[in-house]
Amino acid sequence: MSKLLGRPLVVGALALAAGFLVLALGLGLAGYDPALSLGALWRGAFGSWYALSSATLVRAVPLIVLGLGVALAFRAGALNIGAEGQFYAGAIAATWVGVHAVGWPAPVAVGAVWVAATVAGVVWIGVPVLLKLRFGVLEVISTLLLNFVAEAAVSYAVTGPLQEARRVYPESDPIAEAARLPLLHDSRLHAGLGVALLLAVALWLLFTRTAWGFRLRAVGLGPRAAEVSGRIPVKRVIAGALLWSGAFAGLGGGIEISGVTYRLFQNLSPGYGFTAIAVALLARLNPLGVIATGLLFGALEAGAQGMQREAGVPAVAVSVAEAVIILVILLAEVLARRATERSVAGLAAEEAA
Amino acid sequence: MSEAPVLELSGISKSFGSVHALRGADFTLHPGEVHALLGENGAGKSTLMHIAYGMIRPDSGEIRIGGRRVVLRSPREAMALGLGMVHQHFTSIEALTVRENIALAVGKGSETPGRWATGGVTGRLMEGLEPGARVERLSVALRQRLEIVKALAIGARILLLDEPSAVLAPSEVEELLALVREFVAAGGSAALITHKLPEVLIAADRVTVLRQGGVTLSAPVAGQTEKSLAEAMIGAARRNFPAPPVVPRGAPGTAPPVTRLSEVPIYAGELIGVAAVEGNGQRELLGAIAAGQGVSGSVSFVPEDRTTEGLVPALSITENMVLGLSEDPRWARGVRLDWNAARARTGELLASFGIRAAGPDAPAATLSGGNQQKVVLARALERRPVVLVAENPTRGLDIQATLEVHQRLRAAAAEGVAVIVYSTDLDEVLELGRRVVVVHAGRVSEAPRGADRRVVGEMMLGVRRGQR
Repeated sequence: MSKLLGRPLVVGALALAAGFLVLALGLGLAGYDPALSLGALWRGAFGSWYALSSATLVRAVPLIVLGLGVALAFRAGALNIGAEGQFYAGAIAATWVGVHAVGWPAPVAVGAVWVAATVAGVVWIGVPVLLKLRFGVLEVISTLLLNFVAEAAVSYAVTGPLQEARRVYPESDPIAEAARLPLLHDSRLHAGLGVALLLAVALWLLFTRTAWGFRLRAVGLGPRAAEVSGRIPVKRVIAGALLWSGAFAGLGGGIEISGVTYRLFQNLSPGYGFTAIAVALLARLNPLGVIATGLLFGALEAGAQGMQREAGVPAVAVSVAEAVIILVILLAEVLARRATERSVAGLAAEEAA
Repeated sequence: MSEAPVLELSGISKSFGSVHALRGADFTLHPGEVHALLGENGAGKSTLMHIAYGMIRPDSGEIRIGGRRVVLRSPREAMALGLGMVHQHFTSIEALTVRENIALAVGKGSETPGRWATGGVTGRLMEGLEPGARVERLSVALRQRLEIVKALAIGARILLLDEPSAVLAPSEVEELLALVREFVAAGGSAALITHKLPEVLIAADRVTVLRQGGVTLSAPVAGQTEKSLAEAMIGAARRNFPAPPVVPRGAPGTAPPVTRLSEVPIYAGELIGVAAVEGNGQRELLGAIAAGQGVSGSVSFVPEDRTTEGLVPALSITENMVLGLSEDPRWARGVRLDWNAARARTGELLASFGIRAAGPDAPAATLSGGNQQKVVLARALERRPVVLVAENPTRGLDIQATLEVHQRLRAAAAEGVAVIVYSTDLDEVLELGRRVVVVHAGRVSEAPRGADRRVVGEMMLGVRRGQR
């Protein structure tokens, strides 16, 4: 049993089954037809080429990019809860550059939009980093609170400096054609997916093969030993991890603007930055795992829309399934850890005495 | 002593997974006695006492308290039956005061410590324990006293002391043992877990020795010697390590010193013992050398806290090796780390240092303390250091592991490393150090050659001046 609980795929399947079972039960109790609803969820996520490419995958892209950013910080033991805010900072900067990119060559325009978004993400998390280094302010709190500031900044931008030319709607003008990502034939799927997958593989290589990735992990798991025995500048590593984390989240905002919405508006993100935390944790901070969990959550959210359209079930019902999946996986992890600890703990307890 | 036992554990067995921590162990505590529970790390001492205190349920065996058979489901039940345990890791809340911590332990809230903290053992324990003082400002010795006071405050008649001397300076140990004697003289009983032989001979009436979960000796202390106890602890077939030939290279006078400890020159191939009472500036001095100040060439550092400063327990042994040797060209290829090369070398080191581990990929947390320390040492020596600084390199290790660590340190010196060992255990300093250096109030002086415990002890306290 405990061995099985250590296997991610077994646990994942178990968690999925439990999540949908609970969701079906809940739907039944609430008077919906579970079979019809779950069928609609499936069709919404995978039922057609359009559902897969334009709903599931389009949602998975920001989840993967932001999930990678969160995983990066968490690896170093730094808790960036502010991916949502950094995403918005990136989106604002991307829009601002994008609307001015009229007539630029496409690669230059897209590059400029992404660089601006990335820099904005770094700047946005730079504040918590400075606060942490100077005053020891916990990044958990400062990054979280800056999310709300970022949302307010979006509201300000789309009703003020970035509002569309006619000044009617609270949204920006669309960005220049040149700054938009190419779409896959007959779908809304954009080239950002390739970027997300590339980033995941690159990060995985960095984590597993390089001294930088190793330092990150050492600092996250044992900061004292990293400093004393590894002579690692712990503070600098943590600060670097947070800044990179902000860069990923900011870039995520830029990709969303240049690939999906082409314009800035309020509630651009349905909470990607928060879901990204679950994406990263469920993947155990493994970048390749983030691809899988990003796709899973993308599919769930796409399916939720389908369920709402077809079966009239409110889309939020899917968060029940999401919550159960997270709980089952966390539970399995705790049980697996306890099982290994028990076999080791006896010795270790004696040893400590 | 002929009275009925107050605590009787019989035929206690307990396994953790595949590890048999206890195999039918017996332990009998009579009223008015100090009963030492002796054994190496991993012998099962703590497990046995945790069972007596209701923290762990035994797989089989009987517990009798005051003659009645009991099944303990929690420490709370053990406390209600008059047991009190003083853990190695203190349980007081640092932000609260002494008085508040006692009130918290008693649990009634209304009870003031003043009511009972007068006279007797508790009165003596309370000496120096200001009721209004915050625990975080107390010394380790006082915090430990507070733990005992808390146990007595809830009416404990049987004290279980889990290696109380491990955290204390020698003079504090004597005070503690005197207090324990006083407690039993007043009718209490105490079980004293330890792996220090002299403590048993000084303070205990009876001794039970555990080895690999079984009792190898249970007898009155009268008639025992350190030798007989050691034999019961580690067995007659005690493995001996051939001492390596000591050929100090660059002995004093033939080469310039590789570094200085303040003014005292330190030469290659020497083993220097550093003696000091905690807080006399020795850590700062050693820290500076460990950071490479005043040394040309590489310095290795063996920190005293293996599991937080020496190793990252969650990482594998290989990863822990790389942690301290991240620039080693054998695996550091530009920004890339060649884990296969690191794993191969770690495997070799595991073999050559006799480290018992499932393999180079086993998490450091799965190793015993002795094997963890050998990993730290192997890594430290792998740097080919000019100077090796070690702080309390054998803290918490059993005799066998201590011997091996000492042997490694001597061997390193014999190979030309200047080895500087600081230990809070004065006997260890005297045993290891070919030269002994004393730090008192930040000033470094050298003990005369062949100085004994008394001389060095006086120097540590500043009563006697050393050379230089």
